[in-house]
Amino acid sequence: MANTTKKGAKRLAVAKTYKIFIGGQFPRTESARYYALEDKHGAVIANICRSSRKDFRNAIVAARGAQAGWAKASAYLRGQILYRIAEMLEGRREQFVAELKLQGVAQRTAEKEVDATIDRLVYFAGWADKYQQVFSSVNPVASAHFNFSVLEPTGVVAILAPEKSGLLGLVSNIAPAIVGGNACVALASESKPLCAVSFAEVLHASDVPAGVVNILTGYRSELTGQFASHMDVNAIIYCDGDRQTDRAVQIAAADNIKRVLRRTDIDWSNDSSQHPYLVRDTQEVKTTWHPIGT
Amino acid sequence: MSLSAVTSTFKLPDLSRIPTVDEVGINERVARFQSRSIKSASKVEALKLILSMIDLTTLEGQDTPGKVRQLCQKAIHLHDSIPGLPHVAAVCVYPTMVKVAKKALGDRGINIASVATAFPSGQAPLSVKLDDTRMAVAEGANEIDMVISRGEFLAGNYGMVFDEILAIKEACGDAHLKVILETGELGTLDRVRQASELAMHAGADFIKTSTGKIQPAATMQVTLVMLQAIRDYFAATGRMVGMKPAGGIAHSKLAIHYLVMLRETLGNAWMTPQWFRFGASSLANDVLMQIRKQATGVYQSADYFSKD
Amino acid sequence: MATPENKLAFDGGWQYSPAPESTDHVKIKKTYELFIGGEFVAPVQGKYFDTINPATEEKLSKVALASAADVDKAVKAARKAFVGWSRLKPAERGKYIFRIARILQERSREFAVIESLDGGKPIRESRDVDVPLAAAHFFYYAGWADKLEYAFPGRAVKPLGVAGQIIPWNFPLLMAAWKIAPALACGNTVVLKPAETTPLTALKLAEVIADAGLPPGVVNIVTGAGETGAAIVNHPGFDKIAFTGSTDVGRIIQKALAGSNKKYTLELGGKAANIIFADAAIDEAVEGIVNGIFFNQGHVCCAGSRLLVQEPVADAVIRKLRDRMETLIVGDPLDKNTDIGAINSKQQLETIKSYLAIGQEEGSEMFQSSCAVPKRGYWCRPTIFTGVSQSNRVVQEEIFGPVLAIQTFRTFDEALIKANNTPYGLSGGVWTDKGSKIFKMTQSIRAGVVWANTFNKFDPTSPFGGNKESGVGREGGMHGLDAYLKLGG
Repeated sequence: MANTTKKGAKRLAVAKTYKIFIGGQFPRTESARYYALEDKHGAVIANICRSSRKDFRNAIVAARGAQAGWAKASAYLRGQILYRIAEMLEGRREQFVAELKLQGVAQRTAEKEVDATIDRLVYFAGWADKYQQVFSSVNPVASAHFNFSVLEPTGVVAILAPEKSGLLGLVSNIAPAIVGGNACVALASESKPLCAVSFAEVLHASDVPAGVVNILTGYRSELTGQFASHMDVNAIIYCDGDRQTDRAVQIAAADNIKRVLRRTDIDWSNDSSQHPYLVRDTQEVKTTWHPIGT
Repeated sequence: MSLSAVTSTFKLPDLSRIPTVDEVGINERVARFQSRSIKSASKVEALKLILSMIDLTTLEGQDTPGKVRQLCQKAIHLHDSIPGLPHVAAVCVYPTMVKVAKKALGDRGINIASVATAFPSGQAPLSVKLDDTRMAVAEGANEIDMVISRGEFLAGNYGMVFDEILAIKEACGDAHLKVILETGELGTLDRVRQASELAMHAGADFIKTSTGKIQPAATMQVTLVMLQAIRDYFAATGRMVGMKPAGGIAHSKLAIHYLVMLRETLGNAWMTPQWFRFGASSLANDVLMQIRKQATGVYQSADYFSKD
Repeated sequence: MATPENKLAFDGGWQYSPAPESTDHVKIKKTYELFIGGEFVAPVQGKYFDTINPATEEKLSKVALASAADVDKAVKAARKAFVGWSRLKPAERGKYIFRIARILQERSREFAVIESLDGGKPIRESRDVDVPLAAAHFFYYAGWADKLEYAFPGRAVKPLGVAGQIIPWNFPLLMAAWKIAPALACGNTVVLKPAETTPLTALKLAEVIADAGLPPGVVNIVTGAGETGAAIVNHPGFDKIAFTGSTDVGRIIQKALAGSNKKYTLELGGKAANIIFADAAIDEAVEGIVNGIFFNQGHVCCAGSRLLVQEPVADAVIRKLRDRMETLIVGDPLDKNTDIGAINSKQQLETIKSYLAIGQEEGSEMFQSSCAVPKRGYWCRPTIFTGVSQSNRVVQEEIFGPVLAIQTFRTFDEALIKANNTPYGLSGGVWTDKGSKIFKMTQSIRAGVVWANTFNKFDPTSPFGGNKESGVGREGGMHGLDAYLKLGG
């Protein structure tokens, strides 16, 4: 951890404790376990919470509690809040660049990743009051009925975030899920968890209601099965899974017919990875029939 | 028109013919009342009017004669260091406490309201409710706050609910009858409107939102629907019916918004304790703090106002 | 039925003390120049005009009068800026527009106060409607800048070039937002002319645009009256003309543009029917009538200026409406309790007054609320005419004031025929508790917007515009993008 040295007067830096984010609060994992995140020289950067299945369970309870209220918020408000996240992130740009560098990312690449993350939030903020316009329809049925189909959020979304892209990859999956009114629980990249925790702090300062986004750190191998099998999860997004996990996740997900979204080999730094279909992925279509007459 | 003149016309209305209520429209109208800005002289006037409209209430299982006597002292001496304050309209207690209140209040013009009829659930036979009412009146209550049988109402047994109110009204004798709809249990504003009509047609002198034991208690939305029902009933019969929102009105600002709503819905004739009451336990002190603030320009601390 | 003694009393008793909005945080310059090429510049001919406060008849500021030469300068600045602006990465273009939205939100109260001072509308409306909606409009279209391909599947989109935009005095800032936001999001540059009686908030918006760091010339604001507008319409350098105003002027513009290949949108007048069925939620319908005709002093093209009420409830509706009118406060636009502010100009007040005379001559019964109005300034009490017929001028012609013509009807078909019996087709209202009747009516009314169990609702996501003589094209929503794009193969 970097020492801040002022001219002439040495002082010891105060190191940050990286905790998890559940229901708008920053608890330590209930299991009190950790794993040491090391730099390329083997020095410890930070001790990271190794979340347990109980932490995950708590996070799902928080997400479920928050989801209905969040979905009811106006699209305009959801857009404003996503834009607010971008503003807050912009203000802490240097911190995120520094954290990415600590995790082995080069300066230029780190700067690009943070900038792209801010712009991605703005991109999805803009979709808040538009995806419905693009994907909904009025259906010209043959009878005397007014028939229309609209999207509504699928509910609670569990996200196994991309491993390689610790900040941009995480945000690229969280933003489209929540802009559509879902609540989510995300497991951060195991090797690059720092920015995920700091991003939780940004969320905390951005008027995002508690429980709408929950972020855990820990071992993916330990938690994937929990993410896939929890009966109160409506959709699972898993990034960069191998063929074997792929199958295992789909089998576990079938118990409550989860929507399974596999996002593998996506270059999140490329603008072509952002599109409204990421929003639509975690939406259901609802059709209403209404008579027309006097 | 006097009540006796219309008593003979008390008849269960056809609830299916009662105008419907649009919730979104009600919310918008309420928001517009809330956007009124009440300042300076009009604020002081409103605050004093609010004090005079309060039914100072204690309705707890743990109520004792000691507690009720203290409440009555508060009703008489709201805050003697501020000159020119009105007294509250009434104290509101359980029937067993009516005697204590009557003795404590004496002949100061403060009414004694008592919740009767197996308050708050109303789940008791009519005979019990009638005894409850007669006892409260006999002990000195001059206002009876009854609850309707919400279960019967929701089951569609309107005649039963209507007859019950009619019977209680008779048992009240000269005491005024406030009919509590317990709007938090009625589900929709349409049902609030229907229950209001039913109660007025059965002879209610006042209609009242809530017992304070169920959430939500009084809201501006529900109160507006009830005021609209009172307005239409007045237009149709010429009889004025009073309104009492109760529960959840703890702050001056909200109480002032209720007054704005009352003024712009029913007009000036209703702007007196005779026709409008607040059922509240903690509102008085907040109003007193605001009155002091208006006089001194300094925001107040609750430490300087008696809590009884 | 109510007897006379059952009347409610709204006079006397507890009254609201004055609650004026503070103006000490508001900066209005003595003189405003033209905003061309990112700078405030003096007009070529050195001419200026006064803008006054219609509530006091006092001068607020002196504003530059743009001539054809100034319009030409503005077009050149916009043309120059178009090169860079249209080639800018769309996401970056969007971010500029987001900035405008944010600065407007930050300075919202200042804008609200100036809007009320300059135009006479009550602060309650400028604060709660005009300014927040204007900011929301920028916010909405900012998001479209990098998403246009999703609005027009299968077509490549291109900006048009330079847009000339002429806006009216009834919603000065909001109309500027309606015009500027989609134009910029689509990659166009603009020359905007606010109305001569209400130029100030557009000029303040120019400050915001400069503060937001937009490249010079992307937005240019030229002030003036009809001649300045004509200079815009007739300048060959525009690729698009957007106009909001009267149908008469709209007709002139459409003719002037004939053969020019310029794209145009016109938002014109209206005479909307607000139809109340007997099964409606009556109290809320009455509130809808009030919002429909007394919002913004009735200076609203989509105002519900014709009330059609079904006979069984007509007496009750009119009684309730009259009671409600007695609670409307007419007066100082800056007072937070004012419901109806000042009529925008002396000229408009005279127009309204002439219709009040016409209505009475035609034999209709006029009712005005009894509230007091200030001595100075331009005022009109809320007014209703009853006993009117389809053949009366107060039913046929747009009055653009707080004046409602009330007719009754018996059947659905009768209501529909009367509602559609007008050259206009901007908006309409229907009030009923029955869903299927709503859809039948919205399907049958020939208007661009129909409100059901509500009235005068606006949202950036919702398209707005008229059929027939009420205009061409739509503003707002996804459909509002159409007006500012060329669709290629």
